[in-house]
Amino acid sequence: MSRTRDALVTARDRGGAALVGYLPAGFPTVDGSVAALRALVDAGVDVIEVGLPYSDPVMDGPTIQRATEHALAAGARTRDTLRVVEAVAATGVPVLVMSYWNPVERYGVAAFARDLVAAGGAGLITPDLVPEEAGEWLAASDEHGLDRVFLVAPSSTGARVASTAAACRGFVYATAVMGVTGAREATSTLAPELVARVRRASDLPVGVGLGVRDGEQAAEVAAYADAVIVGSAFVRRLLDAPDPAAGVEAVRALAGELADGVRHPAAAGAPS
Amino acid sequence: MTATTTGPLAAGSEHPGAGPDATGHFGRFGGRFMPEALIAPLDELESAWRDAMRDEGFTGELDRMSREYAGLPSLLYDATRLSAEAGARILLKREDLNHTGAHKIRNVLGQALLTKRMGKTRVIAETGAGQHGVATATACAYLDLACVIYMGEVDIERQALNVARMRMLGAEVVPVATGSRTLKDAINEALRDWVSTVDETHYMLGTAAGPHPFPAMVRDFTRGIGDEARAQVLALDGRLPAAVCACVGGGSNAIGMFTAFVPDGAVRLYGFEAGGDGIDTGRHAATITGGDVGVLHGARSYLLQDDDGQTVESHSISAGLDYPGVGPEHAWLAETGRATYRPVTDAAAMDAFALLCRTEGIIPAIESAHAVAGALEVARELGPEATIVVCLSGRGDKDIHTAAEWFHLVDASGEVTDEATAEPVHGDAGLGGNETAGAGVSGNASGDAE
Repeated sequence: MSRTRDALVTARDRGGAALVGYLPAGFPTVDGSVAALRALVDAGVDVIEVGLPYSDPVMDGPTIQRATEHALAAGARTRDTLRVVEAVAATGVPVLVMSYWNPVERYGVAAFARDLVAAGGAGLITPDLVPEEAGEWLAASDEHGLDRVFLVAPSSTGARVASTAAACRGFVYATAVMGVTGAREATSTLAPELVARVRRASDLPVGVGLGVRDGEQAAEVAAYADAVIVGSAFVRRLLDAPDPAAGVEAVRALAGELADGVRHPAAAGAPS
Repeated sequence: MTATTTGPLAAGSEHPGAGPDATGHFGRFGGRFMPEALIAPLDELESAWRDAMRDEGFTGELDRMSREYAGLPSLLYDATRLSAEAGARILLKREDLNHTGAHKIRNVLGQALLTKRMGKTRVIAETGAGQHGVATATACAYLDLACVIYMGEVDIERQALNVARMRMLGAEVVPVATGSRTLKDAINEALRDWVSTVDETHYMLGTAAGPHPFPAMVRDFTRGIGDEARAQVLALDGRLPAAVCACVGGGSNAIGMFTAFVPDGAVRLYGFEAGGDGIDTGRHAATITGGDVGVLHGARSYLLQDDDGQTVESHSISAGLDYPGVGPEHAWLAETGRATYRPVTDAAAMDAFALLCRTEGIIPAIESAHAVAGALEVARELGPEATIVVCLSGRGDKDIHTAAEWFHLVDASGEVTDEATAEPVHGDAGLGGNETAGAGVSGNASGDAE
């Protein structure tokens, strides 16, 4: 059972894709990140990803790095991320944490799973943890019924796509490009093929992340994926805002545009 | 003074029992904590590397380059005046005499030749002090590969001459402005580049750390240090040394020195970490002595981290040891007790630096001075009958400014002072036999680090 999976299946059943929105905890402040994430929910985001700021985020481009560096410099702690999860989960949408592995290991894998459940969290996305290294997390997520979202990439072999998808619960995260997070001019030409490969290996919904920045791109990706994952474009809105309140309104507006995009997919199979 | 040479370099040999296991783990350490996008490229790298090491065409060419270009094998030098001061016999493995002035040429020649073999045309690398960057740029010039070096802005400011050296050699030096703007952030940025460019690019990691297969591959490209030294000391003495010493930052020269001796259970292995201002000050880079187990840059090992698992900045007078992680095989050797790791403070290292200058006419890299300082302590423990092999991993030309400031030969603005000579200032490793037993190693007067 996975509320995250249910949200993606529901979106697919109504003829579109789900919108997954990411923001890091603690940016611009802990309370500010709660306000921004709640605005995403208000504007129609189906699943929330709360980023846990980390000192060495090798999968993140400069936009998310800037925000998470700011959060850490302001003193953001692991327990602040759990507090943000709790505040956003109260809205009723599934809330996943996106975290590099060392902070989870340092917290204690079992303790993190326990406290994530207690905060109302639905699961964990692990950008630098592959299933082969995840024994403790596989056990803890089973025990607590948490989603565990691993990544597949255009470089993944067929065997790895299958084994990784088999280890996932909730959905499979397909990274659309060979690269790091960050908004891009054009949607990926590699992603449709990768999604097709996941579908041949697994019944789980597939979310596509890396690079989507506007409603048009969201509609293109929604044509072949079950979820469109957007992070850097939201963070960019917060970074560019003159003040926190304006930032909240800017992410709300973008979320509305993206939500409209995912609910009105472009002609299937024809990403421009 | 004695110098012996051995036969063919042993870069391609494997000793039985050498880790890691099939999944890249040394006990509970190592592994691959990497984005999925890099897993297939790491598999391809491992496969290409293992194939190459079985191919006599590859190992023969690497041997030829090592001899004709890099000046290998390096000398094993009987340091008699230093030995008289130390109270035991000290043999120095003269990696400082290699082309580019450090052991690092071994690793970069191996990886550069492998890059060519894989059909890749571009190399990226991280550098802290600039030594690995210079070595990488050298190998890329030699083998006609495009070269991009990531270097933290803080380090670029501290190491302007090495930036110039890399650029002279044709490398592009990219400043890294994120995080602490030092070595660890340069590694992050190189990884970000690699995930975007992996089809045509090889990441030439500079130390025996990172995700599998880097720790094993860098070890095997560097293990000639110990293979040569072991043969040289046997030729010299007809028996193995009592102890082998090396400095440990990420740990490439140490693992390169240790590997041949690991099966020789009677040979004590000592790794000396950068103790900075002292472990109890928190300002150090002694990852095994003063850190905890965690995951950084793709592997589980010891690292300096806070209660939340955020990486903590390291501190050392030696830029080459100033890294908050350490290679996973060292973590394993420490945990199994096969090797002993101890911290050496900045002060003790600089006293050993001065001692080596004055007794042997050798200006060592400050990194290597940590190994010399540690060997002085080991000498006191083992006594006059002991023979101790020390990896003199690099020369000190790059450190002259730091050393001149430390010894007050120049002032903060670089002006020459009226100080007469560089004297050990802390009395830990004295000239003229005034050493103070046990005082050379920080927070560790008993000499028992673990």
